[in-house]
Amino acid sequence: MTALDLETTPTTTIDARGSFCPGPLMELIRAIREGQVGDTLAVISSDNGSKTDIPAWVEKAGHRLIGVFPHEGYDEIAVEKLK
Amino acid sequence: MQNVVILGGGVGGTLVANLISRKIKKQIDAGEAKVTVVDETGQHVYQPGFMYIAMGNEDPKSLRKPERQLLDDRVELVIGEVAGIDEEAKTVSLADDSALDYDFLVLATGSRILPEAIEHFEQEAHHFYSEGAALKLRHALDAFTGGKVVVGIAGMPYKCPPAPLEVALLIEAELRERGLRDQSEVHFCSPIARAFTIESVSEMVTPELAKKDIELHTFFNVETIDSERKVVESLEGEELEYDLLVLVPPHKGAQVLMDSGIAPAPGGWLPTDPKTLNVGDRPNVWALGDATNLPLSKAGSTAHFEAPVVAERVSAMVQGRKPHAKESIYTGKVMCFFEVGDGKGTLLRFDYENPPKPPKPSRLWHVGKIFFNKTYYRIVPKGRGGTIEKRL
Repeated sequence: MTALDLETTPTTTIDARGSFCPGPLMELIRAIREGQVGDTLAVISSDNGSKTDIPAWVEKAGHRLIGVFPHEGYDEIAVEKLK
Repeated sequence: MQNVVILGGGVGGTLVANLISRKIKKQIDAGEAKVTVVDETGQHVYQPGFMYIAMGNEDPKSLRKPERQLLDDRVELVIGEVAGIDEEAKTVSLADDSALDYDFLVLATGSRILPEAIEHFEQEAHHFYSEGAALKLRHALDAFTGGKVVVGIAGMPYKCPPAPLEVALLIEAELRERGLRDQSEVHFCSPIARAFTIESVSEMVTPELAKKDIELHTFFNVETIDSERKVVESLEGEELEYDLLVLVPPHKGAQVLMDSGIAPAPGGWLPTDPKTLNVGDRPNVWALGDATNLPLSKAGSTAHFEAPVVAERVSAMVQGRKPHAKESIYTGKVMCFFEVGDGKGTLLRFDYENPPKPPKPSRLWHVGKIFFNKTYYRIVPKGRGGTIEKRL
């Protein structure tokens, strides 16, 4: 299952595979800064830390975690920008 | 004639030039090859010393040396600003309208700071990433009589990852020594979930912060500075009042690399192969040091350990041979000292496969760092670092 099965097409997909912590989170933060309220952002990360670090950041920053979707060799983490 | 052109006269550019010139000495002397370093100022600066201008008694003059003095006599030095790189024509153009042809190009263009990217940064925040800023921070610390000190990071990646933590710990120690600790608070703001990117280092330093009553704020990505209320605000919605604000400014790669289409915006970091250090799929272009997009410390040490790999690969191509297997693969090796205050330090030594296991902070590693700072010019740029490294 992917974010696409649950929601509409992500506004932005960030392919951060091959990047290590904190690369994927920093990429998401950059996209959140540049995006609009209501945008959905999907981060694709092969770094194991992302599936815990990104949801923790999303909660602190007050956005919505759509879900963490495991795939072979990577995770897809989908987020909605709320503010 | 085969032309090797190296852009940048920092640790990486200087060392790689010297190593290549030694390896292809015969070809240079026979007029078959040429090694040229292009540097904007012609002055080599030992940047890790800036922190010691702010936090100690480092003399700014001791941190600078003419680049020419550090380069092998066989290396040509061109002082000038790079205006563009034409990959098709294989030329580097300079701001004075001259141009250099290259067969092999090494990009050691480093990183640059952009304090102006955050409104009020230059008026309100201090940093230690230039000689002038470090001196200004020293003066602010001298005038400080107590209050709220906030140390944070206003953009990743940045040069010398341990530096802001070191500065928080050193300021705390200084305030204690000066009898100002009781009337002061020290806050450290990390953009990520823990104090430091590398977990083992975080585990070492977090208890040090707690022991010294330095309040750790995680997920604090600096967003704005409110100069009227003297408050720094995070993207995550946290606010911290400050009397003394010390922030790592945002960093980017060289603008000319973005303008020439080699490094992607917005960061301008070169897409670099982690092992061969080739840039993208270009067989004749390499990068090292801060300029790369590798998930490693932007630090002189990284450039130091990358330089022999680039030197071997470039030299092998000039000489039309295969590179030596062992010397031509970068393993991600980085080694740096980490100050924890009170005259103590530790050592971070790691590579792609092995995270650092920092030894318990002690006086030895603090002295080691000072010794290294004092002897840098005699050992590193000229490629004499092997002896020191073997002793550690």
